[in-house]
Amino acid sequence: MSSTATAQRAAGRSLTTVLLALFAVFFLLPVVWLLLAGTKSNDDLVHNNPFSFGSLHDLKANWDALLSYQDGAVKTWMKNSVIYSVLALVLTLVVTVPAGYALAKLDFKGRRPLLVITLVVMLMPTAALVLPTFLEINYASLVNTPLSVVLPYSFFPFGVYLTYIYFADALPSELLEAAKIDGCGEVRSFISIALPLAAPVVALVGFFSFVQNWNNFFLPYVMLPGSDAYPMQVGLTQMLTSTPNFNPVVGANAEVSPPELVLATLVSAAPVLVIFLVAQRFLVSGMTAGATKG
Amino acid sequence: MTLLAHERATSSEVEASGSRRTAGSWRPRAGHFFVLPYVSLLVLFGIIPVLYSVYLAFTDVDGAFAGFSNFTRTASDYRFWPAVGHVAVYLVIWLVSLTVLVVSLTLMVHQIASRRTKTFIRFAYYIPGALAGASSVLLWLFVLDPTVSPVAPILKLIAGDHFAEVIAPSHLPWIFAVIAFWTGAGGWVLVLYGALNTIPSDVIEAARVDGASPVRIALSIQLPMIRKSITYVLILAFAAGTQLFVEPQLISQASFGVVPNDYSVNQLAYQFAFTQNDFNGSAAIALDLLVVSLITTSLFVARGRLFDTD
Repeated sequence: MSSTATAQRAAGRSLTTVLLALFAVFFLLPVVWLLLAGTKSNDDLVHNNPFSFGSLHDLKANWDALLSYQDGAVKTWMKNSVIYSVLALVLTLVVTVPAGYALAKLDFKGRRPLLVITLVVMLMPTAALVLPTFLEINYASLVNTPLSVVLPYSFFPFGVYLTYIYFADALPSELLEAAKIDGCGEVRSFISIALPLAAPVVALVGFFSFVQNWNNFFLPYVMLPGSDAYPMQVGLTQMLTSTPNFNPVVGANAEVSPPELVLATLVSAAPVLVIFLVAQRFLVSGMTAGATKG
Repeated sequence: MTLLAHERATSSEVEASGSRRTAGSWRPRAGHFFVLPYVSLLVLFGIIPVLYSVYLAFTDVDGAFAGFSNFTRTASDYRFWPAVGHVAVYLVIWLVSLTVLVVSLTLMVHQIASRRTKTFIRFAYYIPGALAGASSVLLWLFVLDPTVSPVAPILKLIAGDHFAEVIAPSHLPWIFAVIAFWTGAGGWVLVLYGALNTIPSDVIEAARVDGASPVRIALSIQLPMIRKSITYVLILAFAAGTQLFVEPQLISQASFGVVPNDYSVNQLAYQFAFTQNDFNGSAAIALDLLVVSLITTSLFVARGRLFDTD
């Protein structure tokens, strides 16, 4: 290899390193700022170095102010978020895993059409159906109840697709045959053979479902008009309109100071951030492996 | 492997084990029993809403057949084409940057020699995914407000000294693209990274021995081989992009009228339904969006041969 080629390659490598580092800064900088901004007073937020730590005292002040906002609305909203996402998570798994299993391993009439429909619906943007779904929910008089979001959340074709691919690949049919010879019924083989092997895909589907529903805005915004029923994501927008930076009219009487709103944003994202951090290795490998099947 | 390849494998497997075919009629019922809850939800929240939108879009308030009048009426609304234009410009910026940047980033990450650095970079890129929806928009409202922004000097340099200048309507497609990129890119990098991993390493090795540069390897081997995954990413990004709602909705709230509350097509559909009580018009707009994304998806699928078998 000539020396110019080697030099070029080295230059290419350092260019790559610089670019990757720049993007890492782009992705992480706002997150770091988010973690720090809640520890400052309003004054510090404007005048101090954006990447300095404020003080525990200010953090506590912001926290107390946040909790007392509209008599503890934030607590209610977080509680709602947890209720909606967890209920939807459980229902999604109960519905999705058997369906993916049956599509992959059982023979029944309508299996192929069901697969194709699942695929089409999976690629359809969910927001497109929010308004007709609202009319349907309204017709069933479920508007402003937890079911109005939990039920639509639990319809998760992407999860069915993931479990289908997983069972088709990772569960040898011989195992099921053997169980059948031993006298296991379909339900029994599913529960005692397929399910124990399904832990990775159950975790992955659960993760996607939880994160997507926790962060959903449009559906609860439409379905849950009453402020008591808001999930945190919708509640945030109500706080936004009470913050002077983003609503000049409220001015000095603002209910929410900017650092408080930053802290609320952090709180709203905290559960998902924690899951990301705890499960990072699993997630990275899960996402990476999932793609090879797509 | 693609869906249909799987499907073929499963079918032949099912057929090969003859016992399944001959084993009486209870087995089909077991399959149906397993999918029943899913099919119920599919009907309730997948199929009925689509059919219901179609019904609403082609009828008037009294339920009488209305032909295409809801479509022509909404399309001639003075807010319709501007909204379509906004979303189109945003989509072009977002999809081009997604293709170019995400693909190059993935290729670069894939080349990192150190395992640790690789893991760190992949995760660092993925973290913002935790803040989707309103949380990420709110965070970005702060980042874009020069009085508190951590990158205030850059904002002042390229956009202006005041929040209102930064979120001027002409900047919005770029801002939405940056937010979408910031939240979504890391996840897409992981997906494409997984696809790159499926390329046998001896193919790459052989090219390297023949003296191909990393760029050459990327262009002639890696990109063609992950074409399907790139198509898949583009379809999902396009479908999500047409539905732009929370970003303009919050910026419109925060800008105090600088940004109208009918900036995107989906917001307009919302306005028709909830401020004008015109659900037929709203359904027509929702259907416009759905048809556009279905057509584009099938084009992508056909051109990218997404569900072919290799």
